[in-house]
Amino acid sequence: MKALTFNDRLFTVFIYILMAFITLSILYPLYFIVIASFTDPNIVNKGGILLYPSKFYFDGYNKIFDYKPLWTGYANSILYTICGTLVNLAVTIPAAYALSRRDLAGRTPIMMLFVFTMFFSGGLIPSYLLISKLGLLDSIWALILPTAASVWNIIITRTFFQSSIPDEMHEAAVVDGCTDFRFFFSMVLPLSKVIIAVMALFYGIAHWNSFFEPLIYLTSDNKFPLQVILRNLLISNEVSNQMVLDPMSMADRQRIAEQLKYGVIVASCLPLLIAYPFIQKYFTQGVMIGSIKG
Amino acid sequence: MIRLGRIAKGWRLYVLLLPALVYLILFQYVPMYGVLIAFKDFNAIDGILGSPWAGFIHFQEFFESYVFKSLLTNTLKLSVFSLLISFPIPILFALLLNQIRSRLTTRFVQTVTYAPYFISTVVLVSMLNVFLAPSSGIINNFITFFGGEAVNFMARAEWFRSVYITSGIWQTMGFSAIIYMAALSSVNPELHEVAIVDGASKLKRIRHIDIPSIMPTIVIMFILGIGSIMSVGWEKAFLMQQGMNLTASEIISTYVYKIGLLNAQYSMATAIGLFNSLINFTLLILSNSLSKRVMGSSLW
Repeated sequence: MKALTFNDRLFTVFIYILMAFITLSILYPLYFIVIASFTDPNIVNKGGILLYPSKFYFDGYNKIFDYKPLWTGYANSILYTICGTLVNLAVTIPAAYALSRRDLAGRTPIMMLFVFTMFFSGGLIPSYLLISKLGLLDSIWALILPTAASVWNIIITRTFFQSSIPDEMHEAAVVDGCTDFRFFFSMVLPLSKVIIAVMALFYGIAHWNSFFEPLIYLTSDNKFPLQVILRNLLISNEVSNQMVLDPMSMADRQRIAEQLKYGVIVASCLPLLIAYPFIQKYFTQGVMIGSIKG
Repeated sequence: MIRLGRIAKGWRLYVLLLPALVYLILFQYVPMYGVLIAFKDFNAIDGILGSPWAGFIHFQEFFESYVFKSLLTNTLKLSVFSLLISFPIPILFALLLNQIRSRLTTRFVQTVTYAPYFISTVVLVSMLNVFLAPSSGIINNFITFFGGEAVNFMARAEWFRSVYITSGIWQTMGFSAIIYMAALSSVNPELHEVAIVDGASKLKRIRHIDIPSIMPTIVIMFILGIGSIMSVGWEKAFLMQQGMNLTASEIISTYVYKIGLLNAQYSMATAIGLFNSLINFTLLILSNSLSKRVMGSSLW
């Protein structure tokens, strides 16, 4: 290897500095939220840069633990995410496999039927009217069925099958008298753990973070998932009124309300935060599989 | 007859496909049929077919209404600026990150930069509220520390787009870069070796080897970007809306939500939504055929 020229070295230094800056600008806000959630609100509200938690203060978290709607929301979100993701997988994986088979008669027109919906849709009102007509309003099904599959994810999964299940394998199985069902369940599925994990991840996160569908389809307070509760607490500022009931001055109330926000954000992101180091590998893989086809 | 035979022989594959097809027809194509109410005076009792025809009256009313111009400009400005500013940044980021030879560093930077992608829109907007708060937010503390005047970023219409786009870059830069990193990893290393022997600098190699190699990916991503130009993340715009910044933050999709679901003007809202989808679809077709002609690569 030739020695680097001065300019190249300068360029490398520049890249490292830039990357350090980018990394910090992403990590710091996240870190700030975490430490601000258990630091004395007087210090946090003064502003400035917090580098480490000082003057621990857990009142915020005590209030959060006592606030029931948040936990109902948590439970609802977990339920919706698990059921929703299971339905997603049950629809996506078999369909993607069928579409990956070259001998599926009518594959091209069926594919076009799928792809067209990626670029054109009936829109909000017709979908809403449909859900209402089907009697699904204010039920868990309104969150699960209209998002039962994503064409984009079906295409990614199909690409995976096309590149990882060789035609010869299927041909050999056919010679042995294996039906498509048996082949799919006992050969294809065991070989597809990666793509199943990736899809579970994509769909799961979409369900966990979904805000719009529950907002329009749900009406009962006790069915709201976490994101809707969070929006009411964090953005519409219901915090100060609902959570801080004990008699105290307006200023104190404001102070605690601010502090609660940090705690609530941390509580809501906790599952992702814990899972992130384990799942991020799959996440990259998923995007890579998708990129093969462009 | 041969075809029918093939279908019959492969019936099990169609069974596997069935749930997805049912979903597609029921929840994608039935609403498309529901778009008919844009041309009718819809009422729930008569249903989609029974309601009286109204022709193009809802479209006409929308085009002539005083909100039309501002809705269209707000939507176009927000989406076009978003695309033009946010699109090149992940590419630059990937090109530079690709220069770092240490696998560990690259992995670390990547892991950190795509973490925000997992954050929900609700939480993201709350974080913006916290960090940009006029009295206690970090950003304003910096500004006042250096003698400036605190700005209420979240409430001011002139700041809406900047905040929207910058936070979008913060959230999705790392994620969007993955696809370019993947494309870069398949660049033939021999090309670089030869260029190094010829004395090409790093910048020159980026320009003459890396960028041309990932150009097809860039073009495809750009077409997809144009195709979704009118469907800018409406959740975020909706959540960032405050009474004060409406002059910039009211876009077609948030307006459809308001008049359609809050005011129950179903036909009008459907007409506006359809107008939006049609622009979107036309842009996609145009950009795709343009790229087919100019670049030789296209979606279909």
